[in-house]
Amino acid sequence: MNLINHDTVVKRMKPRLSKNSISKWIFFALTMFVLLILGILLYRIFSQGFGYLDLQFLQSLPSRKPENAGVYAALIGTIWLMAVVAPVSLLLGVGTAIYLEEYAKENALTNFIKVNISNLAGVPSIVFGLLGLTVFVRALAFGTSVLAAGLTMSLLVLPVIIVAAQEAIRAVPNQLREASFGLGATKWQTIVRIVLPAAIPGILTGGILALSRAIGETAPLVVLGMPLFLAFLPKTFLDSITVLPLQIYNWTGRPQVEFHALAAAGIIVLLFMLIVMNSIAVLIRNKFQKRY
Amino acid sequence: MVKCASHLVIGMKGVFKLATQNTNSFSVQKMIQEKKKKKSAGGITEKIMPYILFLTAAVSVLTTIGIVLTLIFETFLFFDAVSIKEFFTGKVWYPFSETNGSFGILPLIMGTLKVTVIAAIVAVPIGLASAIYLSEYATDRARRIIKPILEVLAGIPTIVYGFFALTFVTPILRDIIPSLEIFNALSPGIVIGIMITPMIASLSEDAMTSVPNAMREGALALGATKFEVAIKVVLPAAISGIVASIVLGISRAIGETMIVAVAGGSTPNLEWNITGSIQTMTAYIVQVSQGDVGYGTTIYYSIYAVGMTLFVFTLVMNLLAQYITRRFREEY
Repeated sequence: MNLINHDTVVKRMKPRLSKNSISKWIFFALTMFVLLILGILLYRIFSQGFGYLDLQFLQSLPSRKPENAGVYAALIGTIWLMAVVAPVSLLLGVGTAIYLEEYAKENALTNFIKVNISNLAGVPSIVFGLLGLTVFVRALAFGTSVLAAGLTMSLLVLPVIIVAAQEAIRAVPNQLREASFGLGATKWQTIVRIVLPAAIPGILTGGILALSRAIGETAPLVVLGMPLFLAFLPKTFLDSITVLPLQIYNWTGRPQVEFHALAAAGIIVLLFMLIVMNSIAVLIRNKFQKRY
Repeated sequence: MVKCASHLVIGMKGVFKLATQNTNSFSVQKMIQEKKKKKSAGGITEKIMPYILFLTAAVSVLTTIGIVLTLIFETFLFFDAVSIKEFFTGKVWYPFSETNGSFGILPLIMGTLKVTVIAAIVAVPIGLASAIYLSEYATDRARRIIKPILEVLAGIPTIVYGFFALTFVTPILRDIIPSLEIFNALSPGIVIGIMITPMIASLSEDAMTSVPNAMREGALALGATKFEVAIKVVLPAAISGIVASIVLGISRAIGETMIVAVAGGSTPNLEWNITGSIQTMTAYIVQVSQGDVGYGTTIYYSIYAVGMTLFVFTLVMNLLAQYITRRFREEY
């Protein structure tokens, strides 16, 4: 008795199998489409902006004439901004992470802080701009200064650093802490001499990624009223700055094609900075992260 | 036994003798006392640090409180000049008027809605397809190459996408659709879609990878093809994570600013047409911030009212995503 009819099986399986292979190619093609877009984006920007990218572009202040314009003020401004964001956000972020991982008891307050941090990460960046405008620019009267911009940016990237530092601290095995306690160290000594050194690579990686986000943010700074066009350099933390994304935004908004090319050249500089920072982060992660 | 015990007692006595001698020669007890004194001197750090660290943790809470209070207070000031009814039901948004502007937020919400829907139409299928490809079909090697590239795409600053939308996508679309204006909803919508695709792809892929292999093997053993396994087994099992990733992606699209500010235009309207110039809530805030609007004017306060609306929209989406992950998660 023939229980399985070979022809029927083949007939039934054929459409299912072809559906399988067709859909596999569709999924693959759509994934490649995303990568293709990235390729087009990079190609477009490089082909447009490469002509304007030279030493003069990096050393010139912005100008109304495209051939004289450069990103020097924006580069210096970005460095000033980082000088505020890096210490403030790292101190606050790592402090919060240590508190949550080492000291906080499991109670409603701790839970509230954790939920609050994850919600803060989802707030649109432009809303942080409104907060900075009210609190730092107006109420504390910092004006459109490096300080106001830096503090706003620090709050914006704070959730990223907290989460990264928390993960890094959590990855330090408990045996290390217990061994330290066993030798008579106090809790704070254990944290400073044992936990933090072991967690530093993870914290640094997260910190650099957070900083690279701060470098690329535009919207909150526009809301703060930071100047899009600035032909002088800051001298104190209460001076105004312009940064790369703002400069790019300014050039993009102009109708002339020459300024679009300048914007593309500015984007190349910005992307280069981001790539360098991300490479450093990856390097730290791969080289110094210990696996326990 | 008794002998043994007595030996032990004698032995212990010996140890005690030795110990007392040691105490006398090294004065361990004194050393411990001294050490304790030193500790209580350095113990101030020990006691203060938890509070200092708590203060740093409080900053993030204060930020949230600051955002909410700022938005509420300034929005109240705005509602002194404009009625709540006009704000939520008015059909015209025209603030820059000498005498009295009209502040009906519906056109701005319409702009945001159009861009967000277009972004979702682009990002959901592509993001899901990439997630299915990466978790079900791709070899380890392909995954190791593709995933970092997707992360790069997610790390590109939004101003770069805005530039790309205005100078590349819009001209191409204008070749295809001649009636398309320079500033429109379509081009920024598509580009925002591309921007949130990596996010949807990687979060969905995480959800699908965490579905246990035993379930796939069970389905394959019953004769299912890989496609059937992906669609009928893995997708339903990971649905909570997938839906949450889509909701988070949409929340990002609602709050996205620079792409629409650069390529969307500044004409708020209530039309369904996607080829014309629009203005989203975020783009309006940027437009006002860039101009020289006087502090304390109705227009100045209007950005807070719009910001409040935006904040509520994204907060609801984020809470929804969290609820979905918690409520519908299948534990294996």
